[in-house]
Amino acid sequence: MHPYTTDMYEGMLAETIMLPGHNGEIINAYYARPLGPGPFPGVVLIHHMPGWDELYREFTRKFAHHGYLAISPNIYFRFGHGSPDDMSAKVRGSGGVPDVSVVGDIDASARYLKSLPLSNGKVGVFGTCSGGRQAFLVACRTKSFDAAVNCWGGNVVQPKEKLTPAQPVAPIDYTKDLSCPLLGLFGEEDKNPTPENVLQLEEELKKYGKNYEFHMYPGAGHGFFYYPSVTYRPEAAVDGWKKMFTFFAKNLETSGRGS
Amino acid sequence: MCTGIVETAEVSGSGKGPRGWFKLEQVNVSYDHPTDAQLDHALNIDFVNEKEGPSARVAVELSPESARKLVDVILATLSRRDPGTVRT
Repeated sequence: MHPYTTDMYEGMLAETIMLPGHNGEIINAYYARPLGPGPFPGVVLIHHMPGWDELYREFTRKFAHHGYLAISPNIYFRFGHGSPDDMSAKVRGSGGVPDVSVVGDIDASARYLKSLPLSNGKVGVFGTCSGGRQAFLVACRTKSFDAAVNCWGGNVVQPKEKLTPAQPVAPIDYTKDLSCPLLGLFGEEDKNPTPENVLQLEEELKKYGKNYEFHMYPGAGHGFFYYPSVTYRPEAAVDGWKKMFTFFAKNLETSGRGS
Repeated sequence: MCTGIVETAEVSGSGKGPRGWFKLEQVNVSYDHPTDAQLDHALNIDFVNEKEGPSARVAVELSPESARKLVDVILATLSRRDPGTVRT
């Protein structure tokens, strides 16, 4: 946790940038960083199913406030442009964003952060909702991350009948390839993932000897960080953010340069 | 939860969006997170026309109970217009 005191200087820069994503295709992203020479650790934020929206811009700035180079790529970029909710509806009606382009865009975002002179060489990935599933997926499919946070990602356990052309493999089937420590935050009342789904994932992580830490919050369901929604649960959210910053500090705040 | 539950159908008619009336081509019906309705999950209906861009959309987010009522009143209305052709 960043030790702020009232006499400290603080500033950040936050803006939309363009960067090469999956297959080198140019996409846009929201990027926020603390002012100062660094070196800073990085975090890639994967936006939730409701879109690349105001909430994710707030989350991105929150990470910058805590001393991270933070980037939230627009994983719906290839579907065109409009208001976040219109774009979310379009993606939903089109069968969802393909896993392959998400993995490519998130991996490219991590490489972008690591290429910056401000970077300490370490990058984590964070996602909520569908982004939680994708955070786990990308941590299994690439070796670009030093820590991953899956917040209530549904469909990590994905029965065969729920697989689609866009999501052809259940992420749980990639567990053996998980390449970094994993933090999972879940709500006991969630219906996807259910506590049973979380247990299934946990069994798989144990089976392959993976480094993970899961927390299940009673009285919370899906989306308990989302303060504009009825799903918001302040106690779980406050504790969840705290656990996340502790986890990222432990895994990202020592320099990875030259190691 | 992110259910991924979506059904689509071609439709014909008109819808009124932020830029006025436009021709409808498709309806996407999903049960998933709403954007605005204060519900965990909603029955979301999007009438769209892809050719006119993402903003050519008439959207509603209903509670499941309201969605069932909507289905009932649509079928009831149609059955009065064309008796015998639509069963409720």
